[in-house]
Amino acid sequence: MSPSDPIKLTRKDFASDQDVRWCPGCGDYAILATVQRTLPELTQEKEKTVFISGIGCSSRFPYYMNTYGFHSIHGRAPTFATGLKLANPELDIWVISGDGDGFSIGGNHMLHVLRRNVNLQILLFNNRIYGLTKGQYSPTSLVGLRTPSSPFGSVDRPVLPASVALGAGARFVARSVDTAAKHLGPMLKEAHAFRGTAFLEIMQNCPVFADGTWLHATDRATAAETQLMLEHGKPMIFGKEKNMGLRLRPKKLELEIVKLGENGVTEDDLLVHDETNQAMAFLLAAMEPPTFPIALGVLYRAPAPAYDDAVISQIEATIEKQGAGDMDTLLNSGHTWTVE
Amino acid sequence: MQTSTSPTAPVREELDAVVIRFAGDSGDGMQLTGSQFTHSTALMGNDLATFPDYPAEIRAPAGTTYGVSGFQVHFASHDIMTPGDEPDVLVAMNPAALKTNLADLKRGGLIIVNTGAFTDGNLKKAGYTTNPLDDDTLAPYRELRLDISKHTLAAVEDFELGTKEALRSKNMWTLGLVLWLFGRDMQPTIEWLGQKFAKKPEIRDSNIAALKAGNAYGETAEMPSGIGVYQVPKADLGAGTYRNITGNEALAWGLTAASQLSDLRLVLGSYPITPASTVLHALAKLKRFGVTTFQAEDEIAACCAAIGASWGGAIGVTTTSGPGVALKTEAIGLAIILELPLIVVDIQRGGPSTGLPTKTEQSDLLQAMYGRNGDSPLAIVAAATPGDCFFMAIEAVRLSLKYMTPVMLLTDGYLANGAEPWRIPKMADLPKLEAKFADPDNIPEDYHPYLRNPETLARIWAKPGMPGLEHRIGGLEKHFDSGNISYDPDNHHKMTKTRAAKIAGIAKDIPAQACDSGEAGDTLAVVGWGSTYGSIAQAVRRARSKGKKVAHIHIRHLSPFPANLGELLGSFDKVIVPEMNNGMLVKILRSDFLIDAQGVNKIAGQPFKVAEIEAAIEQHLG
Ligand code: SF4
Repeated sequence: MSPSDPIKLTRKDFASDQDVRWCPGCGDYAILATVQRTLPELTQEKEKTVFISGIGCSSRFPYYMNTYGFHSIHGRAPTFATGLKLANPELDIWVISGDGDGFSIGGNHMLHVLRRNVNLQILLFNNRIYGLTKGQYSPTSLVGLRTPSSPFGSVDRPVLPASVALGAGARFVARSVDTAAKHLGPMLKEAHAFRGTAFLEIMQNCPVFADGTWLHATDRATAAETQLMLEHGKPMIFGKEKNMGLRLRPKKLELEIVKLGENGVTEDDLLVHDETNQAMAFLLAAMEPPTFPIALGVLYRAPAPAYDDAVISQIEATIEKQGAGDMDTLLNSGHTWTVE
Repeated sequence: MQTSTSPTAPVREELDAVVIRFAGDSGDGMQLTGSQFTHSTALMGNDLATFPDYPAEIRAPAGTTYGVSGFQVHFASHDIMTPGDEPDVLVAMNPAALKTNLADLKRGGLIIVNTGAFTDGNLKKAGYTTNPLDDDTLAPYRELRLDISKHTLAAVEDFELGTKEALRSKNMWTLGLVLWLFGRDMQPTIEWLGQKFAKKPEIRDSNIAALKAGNAYGETAEMPSGIGVYQVPKADLGAGTYRNITGNEALAWGLTAASQLSDLRLVLGSYPITPASTVLHALAKLKRFGVTTFQAEDEIAACCAAIGASWGGAIGVTTTSGPGVALKTEAIGLAIILELPLIVVDIQRGGPSTGLPTKTEQSDLLQAMYGRNGDSPLAIVAAATPGDCFFMAIEAVRLSLKYMTPVMLLTDGYLANGAEPWRIPKMADLPKLEAKFADPDNIPEDYHPYLRNPETLARIWAKPGMPGLEHRIGGLEKHFDSGNISYDPDNHHKMTKTRAAKIAGIAKDIPAQACDSGEAGDTLAVVGWGSTYGSIAQAVRRARSKGKKVAHIHIRHLSPFPANLGELLGSFDKVIVPEMNNGMLVKILRSDFLIDAQGVNKIAGQPFKVAEIEAAIEQHLG
């Protein structure tokens, strides 16, 4: 289909003919549905859309998308994506990774793709477990988790993907929930609109090996109390009654929860979300129930030149300055001599 | 003996060939001295070969033996193929250089020694308990003892540099003298200094002053008896325009030429590693050819980025050395099952593990051939000389594009850094390379990503961005007829056989194996691959000139082998295989062709000497 084609693409156009093979009830289904539903709003050029994954349950994702797709090797998806982007900067690339793929075996590549700010989207399905290899603890699993490889409870301290992403120099960090289609859809759009690497962590439930790992943050019944929906320029308020807020503890660089109307606290005392403030983003990224609500939405967005744009413009500038290269001239440059 | 016609010029003794080794501390600028001498020599029309030998340490403590850096150049009036076995002339800038190099000097050879550096401190650092200049250490040689340090200081006196800065020019003083001894022109070096130090006129002028002073010293000083001046007449090279080229330079340019010949963008993913980094440096300069270089975070990322670029329709290349190949192994396996083009350049060095980073070896052949999980055949080619790196880079790209397969190109540290005069090819004479992409306007009815060309078995190359050809690829086994994931046992058997047949089929598309010298049916075949070319070629020619029935077979296509190789090898009574490893090609030849090939192995981080191969020939011919 060409871009001028008047027929609009629909969700169906983005679904491949392959049977989806995740376990029943897996959070990946919900994410897939939201991605397929959102893409027609983002592009009419299916052929320019590419999904690249590593290894793991989430990494099956590209097979179910009727776009270009690449199911690569464990942890390396960002590197293939970077190479592909350099070969054809026109492509719209989505990297699909998981907590093990992206923050264990592929941790190094995650760090570097984020600091380079390659123009692509990374969807990090964080289910805090190794699903495909049948339930071992992952780098985001909590201390004490009993799994086949930690029968007495894991003693590994977990990594916080959003904090690491910020530390790596990511310019766009957001967070959403697998089944919260109404939140996830707009987050996909925000990530897509960002020129540079957009890192979107999706809290995903694995009903087989880590059921309910996020329930304390995502349970609809308590969500109002356990989730802080971030909006740029808006005070940080949450709670069923919209009467809880976040502010900096006086004389300390740390957050505290306050109740509006109690001890004279008004909205004016609360922190206002500033997407461009990295220090604030770090504080927000580290929040987790029950102590704090979990921060959802765009934690940090501070545009900077994208890597691929810089690479291409350097090449173009060189060609403009030096002229396009001539191979014969190059071969004959420097000292040469002629034998008759 | 021939005399020069000019009345003022000295009588120069004519020599056929000379080997000079410049040796000094790594801070003494020996690599520059050697390469400048090489330039001047090339311009005189000699054939030549060079061999730089530098320490692994970036800044080894000055004056120690492990900080010694050497540069050997062999030049002649006839065609030569190696940097020479033993130097005829040794320039030793300090005691450590004398200590580590003297044993190699030919008996009766000329030694130029900088007495100024033979201080108590330097002698001690070099491990001398007595001064070798005071005993009979140098007795077997002809000596030219000079206080080069003092002469240099005098030459640059006017520039009022600090002593340390002034002494930096002593390599130029020495070069000036050696250029005089061999009747080479100073002008190219003066021009080079002018360019290099254009922004630092003081450094430029002091170096030029030192160079001229060294030269003038030769002209005016009374040389001790036995020290003559020499000339080496032009070699009879074929007509054409020549340049000096190192293997890594040739490689970088060959890859760029392949990009031009195929009209595809070149995308290099690389991670710095000795001795491959200079390819990355060379390609990073060539942006005006649209060359994209990506200095990745590690070896794996470098290879994977190249694969990603290939999927996108570029020529994806990754350059490395043995330890890097080990890290890229999983990704190479992926490229094999993806059936995408990929060029993996392995510039081999001494192993295992970190091994001998700055020394040469050919010990990655088995890694290239077999070092992956699963049945994962790979096309492998190897360059034989520095200049050949250019052509083998193009050949690797040709095969990779045509057969949709990764190709490994093997060179080594010796080729990478060694230089030879190279007849510059014309781009118009090189065949175009064709990349066959799927055609979005003409999509076959039964399209799927593993649709194959029945002749080459190459699968169709549809790149992201092409409408209507959307597909999924990956590391899981694919169904022969649909390209979808398949765990079917018969299908896996068929796909494994197909991947093997595709690589085997390349044999029809490469030149038949010929003898470099000698012919089928001779008594002994000396079979080599890679950088041993020069030593073997020269040794076999010498043996043949003595009437021995010996042939030289040099294999450039290692996987698959040329179709006639087995038959050719079978025509000899005996086959020997010199390799700079513990026996790798020999193993493969024995197993593939059931012949009793014998290994000749040198694993010293140094290339073979011609004499070593000659001795092996003697031994096996009896
Ligand atoms: S193991 Fe867990 S994450 Fe994997 S598919 Fe099953 S439910 Fe989903």
